Amino acid sequence: MATKLVERPKLNFFEKIYLSSILHGLALTFGHIVRLFRGKTKVVMQYPEEKWDSNLPEYYRGAPALVTDEHGRERCVACQLCEFICPPRAITITPEEIPNNDPWAKVEKRPKAFEIDMIRCIYCGMCEEVCPEQAIFLRKDYAITGESRAEMVHDKRKLYEIGGVRTGLVNKWNELK
Amino acid sequence: MADTDPNKPAVPLLNVQIDGEWYQFPKGTRMIEACKQVGREVPHYCYHPKLTSPGNCRMCLVEMGMPPRPKPGEEAPLDAEGKPVIQWMPRPVIACANTVADNMGIRTDSNLTRLCREGVMEFLLINHPLDCPICDQAGECRLQEFSVEHGSGMSRFREEKVKKPKNVDIGPRIRLDDERCIMCSRCIRFCEEIVDDKVLGFTERGSHTTLAVHPGKRLENNYSLNTADICPVGALTSNDFRFQMRVWFLKETESINVDCGTGINVTIHSREGKVYRVTPRENNEVNSCWMPDSHRLSFHSIESPDRLTDPMVRVGATHRQARWKDAYAQIPEALSKLDASQIAIVASARMTNEELFSVKRLAGLLKVAALDVVPRMGESDGYLIAADRNPNTTGAQLVLGVQQPGSQLASIRAGVEAGSIKALLVFGEDLTEAAGWPEESLKKLKFLLAVHTHANPTAAAADVVLPSAAWAEKRGSMINVTGRLQRLSAAIPVPGQARDDWEILRDLTLGLTGSNGVHGVDDVFRLMAAAIPAFNGLSLQKIGNQGIALLETGVRIPLLERERERRAKGMING
Amino acid sequence: MDWFLIITTLIKIVVVVFLAILPSVAYSVYFERRVSAWIQDRLGPNRVGPLGLLQPIADGLKFLLKEDVTPGHVNKFYFWLAPALVLVPALVTCAVLPFGSEMQLPLWLQDLIGTKANIPMVIADLDTGPLFIFAISSLGVYGIVLAGWASNSKYPFLGGVRSSSQMISYEIALGLSIVPLLMIYGDLHLGKIVAAQAKEGWSLLPFWTEGHAFAFDLKKIALAVPVGISFIVFMTAIFAETNRVPFDLAECETELVGGYHTEYSSMKFALFFLGEYAAMIVGSCFAVTLFFGGWTLPFGLSAQQLGAVGPGIALFQFLTLFIKVFLFVLFFIWVRWTLPRFRYDQLMRLGWVWLFEIALVNIILTAGLLIAFR
Repeated sequence: MATKLVERPKLNFFEKIYLSSILHGLALTFGHIVRLFRGKTKVVMQYPEEKWDSNLPEYYRGAPALVTDEHGRERCVACQLCEFICPPRAITITPEEIPNNDPWAKVEKRPKAFEIDMIRCIYCGMCEEVCPEQAIFLRKDYAITGESRAEMVHDKRKLYEIGGVRTGLVNKWNELK
Repeated sequence: MADTDPNKPAVPLLNVQIDGEWYQFPKGTRMIEACKQVGREVPHYCYHPKLTSPGNCRMCLVEMGMPPRPKPGEEAPLDAEGKPVIQWMPRPVIACANTVADNMGIRTDSNLTRLCREGVMEFLLINHPLDCPICDQAGECRLQEFSVEHGSGMSRFREEKVKKPKNVDIGPRIRLDDERCIMCSRCIRFCEEIVDDKVLGFTERGSHTTLAVHPGKRLENNYSLNTADICPVGALTSNDFRFQMRVWFLKETESINVDCGTGINVTIHSREGKVYRVTPRENNEVNSCWMPDSHRLSFHSIESPDRLTDPMVRVGATHRQARWKDAYAQIPEALSKLDASQIAIVASARMTNEELFSVKRLAGLLKVAALDVVPRMGESDGYLIAADRNPNTTGAQLVLGVQQPGSQLASIRAGVEAGSIKALLVFGEDLTEAAGWPEESLKKLKFLLAVHTHANPTAAAADVVLPSAAWAEKRGSMINVTGRLQRLSAAIPVPGQARDDWEILRDLTLGLTGSNGVHGVDDVFRLMAAAIPAFNGLSLQKIGNQGIALLETGVRIPLLERERERRAKGMING
Repeated sequence: MDWFLIITTLIKIVVVVFLAILPSVAYSVYFERRVSAWIQDRLGPNRVGPLGLLQPIADGLKFLLKEDVTPGHVNKFYFWLAPALVLVPALVTCAVLPFGSEMQLPLWLQDLIGTKANIPMVIADLDTGPLFIFAISSLGVYGIVLAGWASNSKYPFLGGVRSSSQMISYEIALGLSIVPLLMIYGDLHLGKIVAAQAKEGWSLLPFWTEGHAFAFDLKKIALAVPVGISFIVFMTAIFAETNRVPFDLAECETELVGGYHTEYSSMKFALFFLGEYAAMIVGSCFAVTLFFGGWTLPFGLSAQQLGAVGPGIALFQFLTLFIKVFLFVLFFIWVRWTLPRFRYDQLMRLGWVWLFEIALVNIILTAGLLIAFR
């Protein structure tokens, strides 16, 4: 590592007592107040009335959700890679075997329970990135609220409700087996 | 790598060059073992040190060479260091089935070996399904591991993949997925060579080779789950562990099994206080690499709903949950009114040495002479399961001083039924089930203490019930039937308010004496090492993962005897 | 006569503490949020009530209704004592601050209660006002130290230690900075200091004398120099004493999470909050009293009101003081959202090497000027 010595600026006496800098700072902040009252500042958005929803960029990372494919099959096969990668450990998956009479029995495995603790979730998108089945996506929902901790845990039903159907993804399980 | 064991007959040592360095190995060593011993692991699928080597996976191809044979009258050429110059062969050889020769050269990382491995990997992956997300083997799969090291990352295969049966039910505990199989034949050889149950084989040889069970038979011997362990891919998986937990979440704890006197070495796989599976751990003096299915699956009882989680005291006809303090307080209170001859103790040969030692101390303080353990004899299965189903009978004989387990049990029972024994302390045993006592005789007691992990009739009849730790929840030592001192380690915490047995016994002793300087199970071992000559100089730490041969009992483990024979014949090398 | 004194004192305490200081604490929090928002080009709380003016009430309700957590690892007695020890000294100091001259009761009321006594517009008319304030306000440090120590947790502990050393260091500069004023007025009675300022010009605005609205006295203008220095030192030290930015190292979020009140929640946390703002208000009040004539109007306009006045005028005096204090509080807020936080060694250096020395030299300078103009 190259070391860089930073030259400290030489200050004269008046600069050293800082009073002029303090006054300069005070004038600066006061200027902001004045500009605000003269209506020259663009003020932040008033959230519940004004929303940014239509302007959310394509890459926006909101609540993670599970998706089904065009055949209504849940894409998640409970490989638990998202549970493993999740930095705040928000995801908890309980896998189960798909019963033999299910049309998708050849997939063998699915989540019995899939819970994301939205108090823990940090919206990093690692789960989406790691998913080998393209089953979990970060949607644009950002207003995740609840009145209790239990309410803030998204269960499987809720996750599919947010996620909905995604088409046009790789469908490797459709091959004849 | 000279063999330093003086008991073994002298085997000539051979000079072998591995990746440019010269080593010495005894004659008869397989090339793959020689490389492994010097830290040059050769990737392999079909080779297993405890099984014969058919050499059919071709993954362990290495470059081999020998010094050129000198012309008559000439000396072999030597290099600058005075070692023979090696002439490398143009074609690779498999390292698993060839033994080393004098002045042989092996290259494990040359360009040729690398190309060989890449080629073999590409062929193996041609038909392999992309099942990893649902495959239980993922995370401990050799195919995954070697794909990372030697795989190409993309497929050049444009044809249809071969379809084979998936999710085949071949036995009560094993599931077969033929598409994942890479035809290494380890499972076939295991069934044939180790457990003499020839049920597996290949059919439809060729590009559709399929592993299958013999028509009309099933893979249902008591060692079938070992095939899932040795399967390098996810072709054979355990029904019990199926889709329970991904292996990368599991914490591995090295411990021993307590279902019989063999004391099979195991690895406990747990996550967040729950045991998900138990796998055998290699110990060539105890269980080689194997383990019976019955022992492997016995861990489910740890999670049983019958587990005792709170201390309980009797109030009238029922039990009430109590605080530890209050439950403890009842014991000296009840015992102080009685004469020492009116008290008896029944311990268990399923307890660790430390616990048995603490029982012995307690008996000494109470001056109780009526002291015994419950014997559990069965039949040896001729492989690993010992006739003695108690894991620590040898320990009970050594530590507790019970020469013939069960010899006093009849007199204690007679005393209880006659009313001459008024108080009974039972540790880790259910007398109705294990010793066949009728429940009525327990009701004659004035005071009955039951320390156990599970609810049972003895506990139901007890005045004070103390919940204790199961085998996966405690640390301690046991001595197996051959006299080997082995160590248990705690993989998960005790449930609820339960406590470790040594702690319960310590507190019982404290209730009678005051402080005794025991703060951990290692302290108990220290006291025991000071009191019993056989343990002198030992500590729980020193036992290590492989155990220590402490006593000579003359008992032999049949499977190991056969393995030694095969090794002597040169059939196996591990 | 005693019951009259007791009852009027009680009324004064109730009025000052519960009708003046605590509501202004609540509203200074509101202004803190609004002003900081303006400075940062935002709007601030504007939802609860018109212009968000009911926000402090909502905040108060929220504090009351929050779960009151006492962590298991704390020293319970001191943990509960600490918030009270922060708030109480801040409130007690206002006892000696004069908020008016003397109130003459209306005649009918005098007849009703049967006394002609006037009510001095100060809770405790002590001769040692500044000393009382210093003595009591320095007790506030105990609350912070106890909070830090009783929480039995590393961040509060560091915050408590920092805060105590900071408050002790700046108390010296604070005490020395007002010595020149005491030398000039020759009195420790705050009421008399205010009265002198009403007649002879405020300490920092000495442009009138008794009977003349505009007058320039060389002696007073010369003395305004050390008084100005005093004012700067005093204000800096008050900022440090009240743990406000740029001296809020005891609770700097980036290093210490919440500092000494990390483990506190609900009303106990609110008490720390109240204590901090109450200290700020009382500090402003003290500064106004010493340097800006307390409850008086400038240019001798209050010279006639020094004696007994009617209730209307008394209320007017009270409001005058209130407005001056309000401007000071705005200044506190303004500074907080302008200046960055000091580094700890800079803070200690400023306190011990600069302010302490300046205050000492200032005393000598004042003494020299007083001798020169005798």
